[in-house]
Amino acid sequence: MDLFWEGIAKAVALLAALDREVLAITWLSLKVSGIATLISLVIGISSGTLLALSDFPGKRLVISIVNTGMGLPPVVVGLFVTIFLWRNGPFGFLEILYTPTAMIIAQSIIATPIVTGITVASIHNLPPNLKLQILALGATRWQMVLILIREARLPLLAGVMAGFGGVISEVGASIMVGGNIKGYSRVLTTATVMETSRGNFDVAIALSLILLLLCFAVNYVLTRIQHRKRPR
Amino acid sequence: MTALAPLLEVKDLIMVRGGVQVLDIPSLLLQENEVLSIIGPNGSGKSTLLLTLASLLHPTAGEMRCRGEIISSRRSSGVYRRRLAMVFQEPLLFDTSVFDNVATGLKIRGLSRNEIKERVERSLELFNIRHLSDRSARKLSGGEAQRTSLARAFAINPEIIMLDEPFASLDPPTRLALIDDLERILKETGTAAVMATHDQLDALRLSDRMAVMNGGRIIQDGPPVEVMHRPSDEFVASFVGMENVLNGKVVAQEGGVLTVTLADQLIEFPGMSAPGEKALFCIRPEHITITTSDPRGATSARNIFPATIRKIIPMGAYHKLYLECGFPLIAYLTSQSVGTLHLAEGAQIFASFKATAVHLIRSGA
Repeated sequence: MDLFWEGIAKAVALLAALDREVLAITWLSLKVSGIATLISLVIGISSGTLLALSDFPGKRLVISIVNTGMGLPPVVVGLFVTIFLWRNGPFGFLEILYTPTAMIIAQSIIATPIVTGITVASIHNLPPNLKLQILALGATRWQMVLILIREARLPLLAGVMAGFGGVISEVGASIMVGGNIKGYSRVLTTATVMETSRGNFDVAIALSLILLLLCFAVNYVLTRIQHRKRPR
Repeated sequence: MTALAPLLEVKDLIMVRGGVQVLDIPSLLLQENEVLSIIGPNGSGKSTLLLTLASLLHPTAGEMRCRGEIISSRRSSGVYRRRLAMVFQEPLLFDTSVFDNVATGLKIRGLSRNEIKERVERSLELFNIRHLSDRSARKLSGGEAQRTSLARAFAINPEIIMLDEPFASLDPPTRLALIDDLERILKETGTAAVMATHDQLDALRLSDRMAVMNGGRIIQDGPPVEVMHRPSDEFVASFVGMENVLNGKVVAQEGGVLTVTLADQLIEFPGMSAPGEKALFCIRPEHITITTSDPRGATSARNIFPATIRKIIPMGAYHKLYLECGFPLIAYLTSQSVGTLHLAEGAQIFASFKATAVHLIRSGA
């Protein structure tokens, strides 16, 4: 147990000293996962709204596929992104494998189905006549969609949180497509894996604490949001 | 396009959903300033008709005209939709303040800030909820929420307002207060309305015309009293014929008791109105007492009329008697009493009822 307490003590010291390397790693994590979440929001909210409001044969199947995608294993995404970006792969000419850009791509692929799935559920959960009520107030179809998204903003925010929480704590894809290159593509999760394997528990614990804190913040906001009620 | 064209005109409207014909309306009219109520049981197609009239559902076949102009293409239906408003059973408020809720239709139309403020305040005033302006829509009672929903609809100055069971989920006192206000507002603003309801008393209170629906068809369409008195078939009779609804003229009012004349007879009952006004009132058939001799002196009932039994229909434990006493009256009598009194069709009897058995529905010029 000494190992643990010593680790905690050193980790707190590292954090208190605002260790440059730790800060850089945290910042990259936030940047990569933040941008990936933003991309997934644009794609996920628009496709999710479209999916929720349209009616076509096989809609249920598509929704099931999206929901399955919400649990997409990061290593699988990592594997396919690696293959696509490999030197003689279809997008090899971009030469972005082992860069933060590749990590953003992989994380966007992981987060998009999460945001899409939550968007579909949020829009479906609105009162069924709300759509008609908005149209009856004179809205065009486009205005109606914008108002619906605004009305679903709280559950959608939950989607944002879930997407971000999913990718910031993901390690498989980041290590495969980012390569955990020091000072370049090293993020909280990949650094934790590496430091642990090297026996540097203090640094690993410091990184984990930051990660835990981020996840806690995300979930705290999420819980607060989910306890709000809609008006009658 | 003449000024004489009705506000809304429906012809040969057919709606098929999932292979089932849910609406079949050969013709329906709505005139300026008119309040039309559509009554019928659940599943009779009231809501579907209302949504179709609001151009929120597109009919399988048929034609709709607003002041003579055909509403058919996507574009013309969009223009038409901006001339009307709709209120549902649920208030369907947005998750924002009462003010912003009421402003929604105006913002959609791109009105200026000042104009929005002015019209929202006027509409809030109309429904007596100006004090709720800044409150979150999440913190409203059922009645306040429905008032907000109505204020939101009236803010856009609609030419027609569609009301789909607007009072159905409110408790009785809240409901009565809101109906009073809505009646006044419809009159003040001169807005034409189509209201779906399964409550015949609500319909009587508010409407100039009543259409009874069943199975996607309009079975009968006419002034409320006519529909109540001359139901066109058994279905309408069973749906609306539960009450004696009568239309008379007030001749006197004293101490809160009205004297109303109807077919040369005088009927007394509690109510406030002015002489010369019309009065619409109802008497529950079970509150009418039948005697074979004149009960004057033997009863406290203020209303006693000699009557002829036109028809007797056995209904199981009780009999339904159709009486003629200058005006038509329906009375319920236990089957036992019918036997004891030796009642038969064509017999001369006396019908009496207390003043308190009469319920004033509405009065006015």
